[in-house]
Amino acid sequence: MGWFKRIKEGITTSTKDKKETPEGLWYKCPKCGNVVSTDEHRENKWVCVGCGHHERISAEDYFSLIFDANKYTEFNKSMSSGDPLKFEDTKKYSDRLKASQKKTGLKDAIRTAHGMMNGKKIVVAAMDFSFIGGSMGSAVGEKISRAIDHAIKFKAPLLVISKSGGARMMEAGFSLMQMAKTSAKLTLLADAKIPYISLLTDPTTGGVTASFAMLGDINVAEPGALIGFAGPRVVKETIGKDLPEGFQTSEFVLEHGFLDYIVHRHELKEKLSRSIEFFSEDEDVSKK
Amino acid sequence: MPVLLEFEESIGVLKEQLDKAKELNEKGEVDMSKSVKDLEKKIEQTRAKLYKNLTPWQQVQVSRHPERPYTLSYIDALTEGTFIELHGDRTVKDDKAMVGGFGKIDGQSVMFIGQQKGINTKMRQYRNFGMPNPEGYRKALRLMKLAEKFNKPVVTLIDTPGAFPGLEAEERGQGEAIARNLYEMAKLRVPIICIIIGEGASGGALGIGVGDKVFMLEHAWYSVISPENCSTILWRNWDHKVEAAEALKLTSKDMLKNKLIDGIIKEPVGGAHTDHAKTFAEVKKTILKELPKLKELTPEKRAELRIKKFASMGVTN
Ligand SMILES: [Zn+2]
Repeated sequence: MGWFKRIKEGITTSTKDKKETPEGLWYKCPKCGNVVSTDEHRENKWVCVGCGHHERISAEDYFSLIFDANKYTEFNKSMSSGDPLKFEDTKKYSDRLKASQKKTGLKDAIRTAHGMMNGKKIVVAAMDFSFIGGSMGSAVGEKISRAIDHAIKFKAPLLVISKSGGARMMEAGFSLMQMAKTSAKLTLLADAKIPYISLLTDPTTGGVTASFAMLGDINVAEPGALIGFAGPRVVKETIGKDLPEGFQTSEFVLEHGFLDYIVHRHELKEKLSRSIEFFSEDEDVSKK
Repeated sequence: MPVLLEFEESIGVLKEQLDKAKELNEKGEVDMSKSVKDLEKKIEQTRAKLYKNLTPWQQVQVSRHPERPYTLSYIDALTEGTFIELHGDRTVKDDKAMVGGFGKIDGQSVMFIGQQKGINTKMRQYRNFGMPNPEGYRKALRLMKLAEKFNKPVVTLIDTPGAFPGLEAEERGQGEAIARNLYEMAKLRVPIICIIIGEGASGGALGIGVGDKVFMLEHAWYSVISPENCSTILWRNWDHKVEAAEALKLTSKDMLKNKLIDGIIKEPVGGAHTDHAKTFAEVKKTILKELPKLKELTPEKRAELRIKKFASMGVTN
């Protein structure tokens, strides 16, 4: 069902260049300008055939990349953030939430599911940047927290796919505490000796970088992703000059020692599987 | 008398009258002693009234008062000269924006850690305005681990406009440094008391803020972002800091109401800057009251309760 749905959506859902591609049938790469049909683009796992640019994709797309036969069970599907502060800037936060839910068809900026990856159980939490910039509020924190519980209960490795501008300001103190909450819960996962893989995708910044995204047993990133704590604009203002080429890219972060490896989306599933395999019990050779 | 903040103008007017009355009195031409007394009383009343109804933005201003005491002043007062500062993260350098070391409080060894702001222009730069780099967070963690090794409690004093958003900070993994601290603090085997004494901005504050008990000084603020930056991002200019301060619910009262902290430490009327000694005494009282209770629990129980507390934060539908 997933693939059918995907194909249908591929035609109707927007890409950044919707306006330039009539009826959304074409994908134009923002990096090199290469144009391919959306079918071909999807077939290539949303990676530009021209230059290898990894397009920002949704949690659902990642599920299709990770889970065998795109079969998975989503949990806490209807959970969304509350508005305990009755936050209001130029708009009411409650209205922003509703508008975002309507626009994206999502409840919040993360989806969690379990299923099989190359025949092995796995719990996946994947963020959606299209929902208020993938920002972390109570729902993101709680769903990661429950995904951790789930991973412990089912003795399945946890994969968190980050894609976030950071904290959700409209949840203020509550948002901030999600950093402590997710990090604290990860200690329980560690106690249970369950592997945790953090996949950082474009972009991963702010409070997400400064909590669960940097705490993987293995930290992995897609190529060319923006990864950092402070946003590049803020850093630029701080130092008062232009940023060096490649600053805060996956490659930069790897070079400075904060990633284990960078993986092309085509090899993502295989390499994650092989990495996780090292953590599992060795086969009893004597029985062979 | 300390520097007056803009909303304390009414006190300034009275203060001027008081000075004049005192001057006349001293000259001995007219007996102004009654007026002096009345004015002094009136100043006190005006201040009490003002500080009873501070707006969130006014609280933020108080939290940044130039004469407000900073971390090392607290530590010196609390430990009565027994404090020995310990430097460096053992990897990169010694971050001057983060200080720490052992001191004795009422006979007990305690590891004190906190962001440090500077008291004048030169020192503010030296302390990087209380904005630590990754090595500051790693120094803090090193000291916490040292405390854990010798079973000594940790007290953190939080006062920062944020973690430093510089180029080198990014190169050296500001995000990872803060994340690591959140993780390690959650399971640290010794008691942790955190006190926000001034500004508690974002991950830069939380990076030493995961404790069994988290307190805020009455006029401190604590949130995910400063009102100014919040205004810039959500209103797209700096003019809405007052509204942002309100919307963020960043005062000690609101943070307690939302159960995001465990308690409030009272400040002298007029703010901590009007009476340092009294402020230090209140902080000391709180620490001495909480420590024995925390020491009674096993390390496992403390960590369990600590993790549960933070795990329960959040409101979802
Ligand atoms: Zn391209």
